[in-house]
Amino acid sequence: MSAVASANAVVPSPAVIAARGLTLGYAGRMVIDAADLSVAEGERLALVGPNGAGKSSLLRAITGALAPRAGSVELLGEPVHDVPRKKLARTIAVVPEVADLPFAMPVAEVVALGRLPHEPPLTGLRPTDAAAVDAAIERIGISHLRRRDMRELSMGERQLVFIAVAVAQAAPILVLDEPTAHLDIRHQVDVMELLVDLNERDGTTVLAVLHDLALAAHFFPRVVVLAEGRIVGDGTPSETLGADRIRDVFRVDPALVRLPVGAA
Amino acid sequence: MAAGALSRDVEAGGLAAWVRARPLVVGAVAIAALLLTLVLGVGLGSVRVAPAETFAVILSRLFGIDIGVTVTPATEVIVWDLRLPRVLTAMLIGCGLAVAGATFQGLLRNPLADPYVLGTASGAAVGAAIAVLLPIQLVVIEFGLLHGLAFVGALASAWLVFRLGGTGGAGGLTRLLLTGYAIGSVLAAVLTMAMYVSGVELRQIFSFLLGGLGGSSWVRLVVAAPLIIGSAVLIMARGRSLDGMLLGDAAAGHLGIDVSRERGILLALASMATAAAVAISGLIGFVGLVVPHVVRLLVGPAAHRVLPISALAGAALLSAADLGARLVGDVPVGVVMALLGAPFFLFLLHRSRSGYEL
Repeated sequence: MSAVASANAVVPSPAVIAARGLTLGYAGRMVIDAADLSVAEGERLALVGPNGAGKSSLLRAITGALAPRAGSVELLGEPVHDVPRKKLARTIAVVPEVADLPFAMPVAEVVALGRLPHEPPLTGLRPTDAAAVDAAIERIGISHLRRRDMRELSMGERQLVFIAVAVAQAAPILVLDEPTAHLDIRHQVDVMELLVDLNERDGTTVLAVLHDLALAAHFFPRVVVLAEGRIVGDGTPSETLGADRIRDVFRVDPALVRLPVGAA
Repeated sequence: MAAGALSRDVEAGGLAAWVRARPLVVGAVAIAALLLTLVLGVGLGSVRVAPAETFAVILSRLFGIDIGVTVTPATEVIVWDLRLPRVLTAMLIGCGLAVAGATFQGLLRNPLADPYVLGTASGAAVGAAIAVLLPIQLVVIEFGLLHGLAFVGALASAWLVFRLGGTGGAGGLTRLLLTGYAIGSVLAAVLTMAMYVSGVELRQIFSFLLGGLGGSSWVRLVVAAPLIIGSAVLIMARGRSLDGMLLGDAAAGHLGIDVSRERGILLALASMATAAAVAISGLIGFVGLVVPHVVRLLVGPAAHRVLPISALAGAALLSAADLGARLVGDVPVGVVMALLGAPFFLFLLHRSRSGYEL
């Protein structure tokens, strides 16, 4: 089934992420019901859906942070829970929720934490790590913030820093949970263009949960729609974000959401 | 991006260059302060001892090297048997408490955490009070029941707090802190009761609560040193995990850190250092809370700088405070430290309020 879905993908390569019959839940509540999702190497995929649809839980399962109730998640053909932590962190970089730091910490040092999975024990940051940190800071365009205390930054700036952490991590798969939540429209577009660039130039597989359907439709060749714990659409934006689906899934008048899918 | 080019020229060298310079200076100052407190701590008192004599005794006793300075036998006793063990014990305790404090603050992501946050202080105090009140005198190579029960009490309460409150999950850190507070309250009530019924032994319990280095000896130092230094070294070896956990549990997990395992190990090591310190010197406050903050203000929060520099600064601070306490006439060392250290800390806080400068 999932093979059919990924036939739409730009690059037909072997699946780097494969979820089969994935069922997730917390305590007595089920949030994902028997989902199948396959992501090929080099794909760029947006996951959309209303609040509470189970998007974040699905990401948590894919990144090994949440154990499935049933079904499986495989990362490069291996069950994700069997992958050693450091190796997992070198394979999947996750842009975390914007968190508060307990102490003053300069931006450059926060970004340097992205090199943790690569550092040999005890040696700390090597010159190659420092170079990767500088490159990530440059690429996100936050060079002017590098010495600033993380706690003084705006939410949007902090979000950019956390994206830089994941870029410094230099993993072949990049997972983002609402990376544009706190950003103004200029930075939203910047981040989207960065994701496209990482995907097309570096070959990074990108999987992003997005709330903004216009951004998803414009920047992502594949969009997966999640509603009430089920995958209800998987394909190109024009296939998955039609007027009927927007009315059914998001319960808004499609006229309110002007998407570039008509042109696509 | 355009503005980036200008700032890049100013920074010249980026991350690597500016991370290096300042911690080395601060570390060198801390080492100098440590040596100064060693010389002054041994030299000052009712009988003055010259720095040359101090080094002559240390070198000849430790390495059998004669540097050509004649030292009278009385001076040698003062240096080697009386003052040196006390100065070194102060350094050891200061180092242990500062490293433990820095560890707890980082692990619990809480700037108010100190070495006693898991109930170690109350546990040790109850242990000490029981030892004082029991009609048993038991001394094994200079270690009495008080030392033993204080050590056991500190570790037992830390273990209990971790078992009851360290279950992780959402809000896990808050639960751990609240559990520490609750267990600490129960133990404090037990302690108050013990003090209430203690009668003539009250002064002995009270002096444990105030903490002090009057009971220092080579034997106690040599037993506590491996526990404290060993814990500190093992904590430092896990410094990068501590750094990663500053971002929160979820983010640290995604960076490849086994958060619950690392937290357990680090809490155990920091509790061990605290328990060993408390057992030989009682409850000495301030150093474990404040030194890591001062160090962070100076060199930033990265563990590979905060931990070793806190160790040096904590050692220097406590031995300096103990020297002050001894010269004034055996005032409790915690009192001296808080009276002189707190205003300095306030000054630093006030200066750094305008922003983080590195």
